[in-house]
Amino acid sequence: MGERLLLRGNEVIAEAAIRAGCQCYFAYPITPQAELLEHMARHMPGLGRTFIQAESEIAAISMVYGAASVGVRTMTSSSSPGISLMQEGISYLAGSDLPAVIVNVMRGGPGLGDIAPAQADYLQATKGGGHGDYHTIVLAPSTVPEAGELTMLAFDLADRYRTPVMILADGMLGQMMEPVELPEPVDVAALPEKPWATTGAKNRDPNVIRSFDLDPEVLKQMNRALQERYREIEAKEVRCEETATEDADIVIAAYGTVARIARSVVRMARADGIKLGLFRPITLWPYPYQPLRELSKRVRTVLTVEMSAGQMWEDVRLAVCERAKTPFYGELGGVVPTPRSILSEVKKHAG
Amino acid sequence: MPRGVVIIDKERCKGCGLCISACPHQVLAFSGELNRSGYTVVHMEQEQDCVGCAFCAQNCPDVAIEVYREKVPA
Amino acid sequence: MPVSVEKMVKVFGRPKSLTDARFTYCPGCHHGTLTRIIAQVIDELEIAERTVGIAPVGCAVFAYRWFHCDAIQAAHGRASAVASGAKRADPNLIVFAYQGDGDFASIGTAESIHAANRGENITVFFVNNQVYGMTGGEMAPTSLIAQKTSTTPEGRDPALSGYPIRFSEMIAQLDAPVYVTRQALYDTKRILEATKAVKKAFAYQLEEKGYSLVEVLATCPTNWRMAPTDANKHVAEVVTTVYPLGDLVDRG
Repeated sequence: MGERLLLRGNEVIAEAAIRAGCQCYFAYPITPQAELLEHMARHMPGLGRTFIQAESEIAAISMVYGAASVGVRTMTSSSSPGISLMQEGISYLAGSDLPAVIVNVMRGGPGLGDIAPAQADYLQATKGGGHGDYHTIVLAPSTVPEAGELTMLAFDLADRYRTPVMILADGMLGQMMEPVELPEPVDVAALPEKPWATTGAKNRDPNVIRSFDLDPEVLKQMNRALQERYREIEAKEVRCEETATEDADIVIAAYGTVARIARSVVRMARADGIKLGLFRPITLWPYPYQPLRELSKRVRTVLTVEMSAGQMWEDVRLAVCERAKTPFYGELGGVVPTPRSILSEVKKHAG
Repeated sequence: MPRGVVIIDKERCKGCGLCISACPHQVLAFSGELNRSGYTVVHMEQEQDCVGCAFCAQNCPDVAIEVYREKVPA
Repeated sequence: MPVSVEKMVKVFGRPKSLTDARFTYCPGCHHGTLTRIIAQVIDELEIAERTVGIAPVGCAVFAYRWFHCDAIQAAHGRASAVASGAKRADPNLIVFAYQGDGDFASIGTAESIHAANRGENITVFFVNNQVYGMTGGEMAPTSLIAQKTSTTPEGRDPALSGYPIRFSEMIAQLDAPVYVTRQALYDTKRILEATKAVKKAFAYQLEEKGYSLVEVLATCPTNWRMAPTDANKHVAEVVTTVYPLGDLVDRG
């Protein structure tokens, strides 16, 4: 459309989903993503699309499962405790080869936690919070405009690979406002057909959507097929961004809101004579192990900064191994690190 | 009364006996024969008494019974 | 054969909307009877090409094997929500959820109530045999007082485990549902009544009238430790005194 609007992260994700052709949205209210629901409630019915405030997150993910089976683009959103409730449903989506988009606007935990931003659901999102051998693609925006872009991408990837895709945002991103140029709406009619969907068995054999087979040999093949798809996704869909890493001695590894803060830290550090760079994964699964591995050969230190007790830190250490030092700086419980606090950590390790 | 005939799919029959109990004319009984799954199957013992009411088929949980009935002349 | 069937009329056969697969249900289990009735009604209404069935977790998990139509196997308890999502995604589909008493009335309590309360234009079958069959005979919310199950070996004690829950009566309190009925399959008369009820429920969905619930009192000969004919008698003489048969709501 070309118009630039000042929008909240939650609203941009909602509007991007609408423009991506999301036909059905089901969700339960939870802070800090209420604005996403409200935007959907206001706009979906007028467009002839479905908005249901479900009775719980469990119901919401189950409705997504039903709509996805029928072959429409469908989405839910929640925050950490609600995402915990959805884990079985996500496992079912993955096991049934269903495309869907799930948005987690992370908040402090564990338990009820608080409503401030956090990044403590990384392991749940990337290592599978639900049961079984599966992954969801996990996309981590770090600005409001990127949240919109990655939402559009999420629907495409979900359809392309027949797999659920998670957008891992946080309460700060959800609440902050930035100028955004909204993307062009997708022509839903031009999207590829879904011959596997339960659209009514007219002139074809019935389709069955299931993740179940009592014969272990059959389930093994179903799992093998999933694994092959994950290898394909790992080969083709890794996304990351490096800032000022060409001559860096020390890099920060961070994603989402923390990566955004870290960009300011890069400027501040460089002004202080420290050759600081930033490595920002955009896909948390598939994780950019290879680019980080390469980078770690050239730098002395990779400092992971997260709003958690050290979750992505595990993947950083996996990628870096002993090639560089891998210290960690985290803030817990919904506290957001300031540029100054990050810079002071950088200085501690830059020495 | 019209005459009826039921055809029981022996391999679907699980010998539950509901058809025997449902039949108003005591047409059906266990045959003593086992099918491949090891169930004792049912057969028409009193064929001449069948009127094709299909009560047996209505009650069969395995839909193992087909029922035919003589056309009654107009 | 005394008379050749060539000269006869076929008055009962396997519905077209049933696949050839042999049911995996126990001998005498009413799941099979209800499945046949649903398939027969789908044939009569000629809706097979528009129908999507939602299979539960429980003995009927394989429901997607029996019906010759599209199907979705749902997580335990969630079939009413999955049906809601599917129907909203394409309102032209005829969507039915098929659930047992654990699926519908225990783990699925919230989804069952809220699909009804939203008046989703779907048809829900609630097979109530007062026990959890698939997992080995545990107590269901619908189990009778003093009923011996694998988790109430001394018999259900209300002080410990509450009372049999009359879920259809609860659903009947809501404003939205258009048809709520309790049926049984213990003899031919009841089977024919149930068939009419199933047809009405699907017809209301076709006419876009709203939400229908068909509760079916069924037997579980295996976990009741009864022969199928005795199990039928148990429903007729005992179970119906706790769960009365008939239409609780019919606003169609």
